[in-house]
Amino acid sequence: MAYEIVDSCVSCTACAMVCPNDAISEQDMQFVIDSTLCTECAGDFDDPQCASICPVEGAIVDELGYELNPLGSLTGIIPLSAA
Amino acid sequence: MKLPVLIDKTVSNPIEQQASGGCSSGSCGSSQQAVNQLPADIQARVADHPCFSEQAHHFFARMHVAVAPACNIQCNYCNRKYDCSNESRPGVVSEVLSPDQAIQKVKAVAASIPQMTVLGIAGPGDPLANPERTFETFRRLSRETPDIKLCVSTNGLNLPDCVEELSQHNIEHVTITINCLDPEIGARIYPWIFWNHKRVRGVEAARILIEQQQKGLEMLVARGILVKVNSVMIPGINDQHLLEVSRVVKEKGAFLHNVMPIIAEPEHGTYFGLTGQREPTHQELQSLQDACAGDMNMMRHCRQCRADAVGLLGEDRGEEFTLEKIAAMDIDYDAAMEKRQQIQAQLLEQLHRQQAGGEVSLPDATLCSSEAQSRPVLMAVASKGGGLVNQHFGHATEFLIYEASPQGVRFVGHRSVDKPYCENSSSCGDGDSVLQTILSKLKDCEMLLCSKVGYEPWSALEDAGIQPDGSHALEPIEDAIQAVYQEMADKDLLSSESETQQQSA
Repeated sequence: MAYEIVDSCVSCTACAMVCPNDAISEQDMQFVIDSTLCTECAGDFDDPQCASICPVEGAIVDELGYELNPLGSLTGIIPLSAA
Repeated sequence: MKLPVLIDKTVSNPIEQQASGGCSSGSCGSSQQAVNQLPADIQARVADHPCFSEQAHHFFARMHVAVAPACNIQCNYCNRKYDCSNESRPGVVSEVLSPDQAIQKVKAVAASIPQMTVLGIAGPGDPLANPERTFETFRRLSRETPDIKLCVSTNGLNLPDCVEELSQHNIEHVTITINCLDPEIGARIYPWIFWNHKRVRGVEAARILIEQQQKGLEMLVARGILVKVNSVMIPGINDQHLLEVSRVVKEKGAFLHNVMPIIAEPEHGTYFGLTGQREPTHQELQSLQDACAGDMNMMRHCRQCRADAVGLLGEDRGEEFTLEKIAAMDIDYDAAMEKRQQIQAQLLEQLHRQQAGGEVSLPDATLCSSEAQSRPVLMAVASKGGGLVNQHFGHATEFLIYEASPQGVRFVGHRSVDKPYCENSSSCGDGDSVLQTILSKLKDCEMLLCSKVGYEPWSALEDAGIQPDGSHALEPIEDAIQAVYQEMADKDLLSSESETQQQSA
């Protein structure tokens, strides 16, 4: 049970600051979640902290690849192709 | 008739006279009226701060270090995804620095640009959402570069929690961006905030943010820290509301209000840019600033610079100080400090001298009685700096706008164009479109003062109702404007009838 950061990450560091498990660190090009440390915040918070502060839609996904912040959910911008 | 120069002497008188310098003319920080109206003790504190005085910004430089990448709110006019080096807007940087790298960069810049007096942390996220990085930077700078003034800007959400620490670092100025007091309006500007471990949305998010901003403002004022308020003018959303914002923040003790136009270009990928939110016209911005000015010291020369800008307002020398380049520099800060002190003392003296020489006599009795009916006239000025009419029309990428009236001459803003009319010697007049853009930006101006102007643009300007005038080349801007206004009065062009004629022409 762990989340993953994909390459749309802009490396803003916000997720790393709020992670209760210090599971997030900066690697070469983007931030990475250590799957052995990530608990999806179970037991600590109601909502996963990284996904609650991340400003980029689609940048954090669960093990099935499901986007925690799907397109349009943060900015309200729905691309024409999806509208 | 002699007109008074209504410059912002807000900050400190010395500063203001230079009306144009690095930023071409007056547009970065505040207008001089604003500074002039401040209490003397505050004027002294901000005398060498380039962002607070239109005049100071021609003498003194500032820099931002981008140590604060994270943000705790989303604004509909912001998009964190892009960094194009050509882009100049807040929230954009080329590289984020660690506190260590920031200290190194500050020392390098301070040694190379001795007139740099102010260091700000402005992002690219929210500095107070990155308290460890921001405060480590401030702590070290207070100790290692004690001659540099520190300031910070914030959206205010974390401000109340940070006031205590801020007050320990000799931080004189804090800028809070306050776009609204009404949560219903706020909900149209801020889609979400991160608060108490949750993403909070809508009116509730705006309510919390507004409450924190107001509380933070009050706490800073109570501790004697100067607070400037920035507001982004968003037509149709908060434009009328900003009058109320201005009144309230003044009442609570903010010393300066900076109303800036929203930047909403689709290519920036912001919500407002992509949904067709329009930017205010120059006239709308100026009217709002004028309306707010009844209650509040207004700032009119803000350049909305990047969160990693370096240099005089309106210029960005960041490229000279990349990490790679500063790593190669060996800085003796004590020696640099000595040099800085000397140079800054000279600059202040120059500023004072300019000010003394720039005293303008008050209108005489005849003006007040007979000519007071004269209408105000907007004039555009091409200037390379130094407070002079000294730029060729074809080279200008920015025009300073002044209003002349029987009450005096005042700076009202600056207008930029992407390209000058003459991009290089061979392409002068290349594009009629460039000229058309300039004409449309200056369409409410009746005069254009510059050092020279070519035949073709001269005709085009005249046809557009903008009279070019190269006869005041190298004169101080305010003097030139007064002279031109006087000439217009002598030709009887200032009665209300002449305005009607002009408008119908």
